[in-house]
Amino acid sequence: MGSHPRSDRRRFLTSGGALAGFVMGATRPGRSQTAAPYEPQGLLAYGQPSRFANLVRRTTGRPTTITDTALMTPLQELDGIITPSGLHYLMDHVNGIPDIDPRQHRLLLHGMVDRPLTFTMEELKRFPSVSRIHFLECNANSRPLRGPNRESVQLVHGRTSCSEWTGVLLSVLLAECGVQQQASWIVAEGSDSNRYTMSIPLGKALDDALVAYAQNGEPVRPHQGYPLRLVVPGWEAIRAVKWLRRVHVVDQPYMAWHESGNNADTRPDGKGLWFRFELGPKSVITRPSGGQHLPGPGFCEITGLAWSGGGIVRRVDVSTDGGRTYREAELQQPVLPHAHTRFRFPWRWNGEEAVLQSRCTDQRGEVQPTIEEAAKILNATIDYFYQADHFNGIQPWKIARDGSVTNALP
Amino acid sequence: MRCRERLLAAAVTLAACVPAQAQGPTYGLGRTPSAEDIRAADTAVAPDGTGLPPGRGTARDGAGVYAQKCAACHGPNGTGTALHRGLIPLGNAKPVKIQGSLVPYATTVWDFINRAMPWTKPGSLVADEVYAVTAYVLYLNDIVKDTDVLDATSLSKVQMPHRDDFIPAQPGWKPGTRRQFGNYPKRQ
Repeated sequence: MGSHPRSDRRRFLTSGGALAGFVMGATRPGRSQTAAPYEPQGLLAYGQPSRFANLVRRTTGRPTTITDTALMTPLQELDGIITPSGLHYLMDHVNGIPDIDPRQHRLLLHGMVDRPLTFTMEELKRFPSVSRIHFLECNANSRPLRGPNRESVQLVHGRTSCSEWTGVLLSVLLAECGVQQQASWIVAEGSDSNRYTMSIPLGKALDDALVAYAQNGEPVRPHQGYPLRLVVPGWEAIRAVKWLRRVHVVDQPYMAWHESGNNADTRPDGKGLWFRFELGPKSVITRPSGGQHLPGPGFCEITGLAWSGGGIVRRVDVSTDGGRTYREAELQQPVLPHAHTRFRFPWRWNGEEAVLQSRCTDQRGEVQPTIEEAAKILNATIDYFYQADHFNGIQPWKIARDGSVTNALP
Repeated sequence: MRCRERLLAAAVTLAACVPAQAQGPTYGLGRTPSAEDIRAADTAVAPDGTGLPPGRGTARDGAGVYAQKCAACHGPNGTGTALHRGLIPLGNAKPVKIQGSLVPYATTVWDFINRAMPWTKPGSLVADEVYAVTAYVLYLNDIVKDTDVLDATSLSKVQMPHRDDFIPAQPGWKPGTRRQFGNYPKRQ
């Protein structure tokens, strides 16, 4: 049995060892320069947030099948643009999280290449590395809900998180192999129980896809793909293959289960939608948001996140009157492509009813629509979005006179 | 900076002695996998049948395997259980607007059963069993007859009911491609 950090920590806490260990370490007599460095255990070895901080990933509680794990990021508790790794959302379809020894792990690149190659983790870390801040977002994120769960920015919009990813550009590895002329797609495969598979156009793979071994400065967490994850910036995160072990260079999409039948939508006219790749411009106010309570009139900063698969967020506008008028919010610098962008907007609540909402415009000039506008474009009723994926509509939050905040979507 | 200069020098040297079209490796890291390593890893199956191994099976053959290894989660008749959803229709397209399977290629069904099923023991089915169970699942969906033989040749020829009902039927992408669906009009 290998030692599990969490059980170690618990054992340590219950035995009261944390404090004792600290005192011993601090007062150990006669430490010379040759003494082995003191290694604290448990909470001192890897810190934890305050027990008063409400940092909990949650799920909607709807019945899930044995194949699905869904935990959402508490966006309402977070600031800035980086999601702490332990709070990164997860949405898995695997039978248990793979427990991979990085010394045994290999990444194989083969197919339509001049030189198939296999890399150890050590070899991958010798390549020129890059660190890039990118969001990941599930294609089902922000789907409007009915019922009590809709009063939570976490449960409606918490299937997105943003990290600094470090690794090797896939284009560098592919160049080592020499991609052949006729190649047009890659098929990326994970090491999990169902060897999760995704097809990605070669153009995107060579553009900015990243083979990441680190997330927010530490190794990628096991739930996020330790030891290797493929990050495909700006695209639906079903493409971001975890536990990456193989990249097959091919000339056609492989129509894998999770990219064809299982993650398709149906358009209102009955046509199937798939391979949508890029996520639309989106923003949401995280504070104040559904389920929160304003203690009384007075100054209250409005803040939230904006992002777009189209690149950089150019501007965010905020309305406090349900979309009748908008004013431009301040964007936290630097604003990065395919990254969460923090916006802030000064507001003084006068104690009257108000509807707060934000609207994202990205570098391409694409504007986040209201749910009514989106329905009109698709020639659908708004009910359509309560079942479909890739919804990027504006999220209104209603402030009542008593300060309570509720979801104002129809 | 020094590293970059050295790389540049290496690239210039390389360019001088190698014909332009044959680009060699820059870093020389990694090892060449054996043909056997590649064969063992390369199990994915393409819609045109590329990658399918020899083997064969019918829905009749598959009924027994299904009862033994699949029914516990998917239900005795493929209609699902509390553990997992059913197999009729195939796929999970939402909202449900059209009847029948929304999986566009029969190879997709074969490939997923082969790589991921049964849930607790993925990869344990031999090729004949995968062909047979695939046939049985397609039979439950009224796509093949119970005596139709599926093998490496016939599987990719199975016409799935909604293959041509996707937008676009053949996806493509190159840098600069806009989102194909839901491009909202510019404001301002």
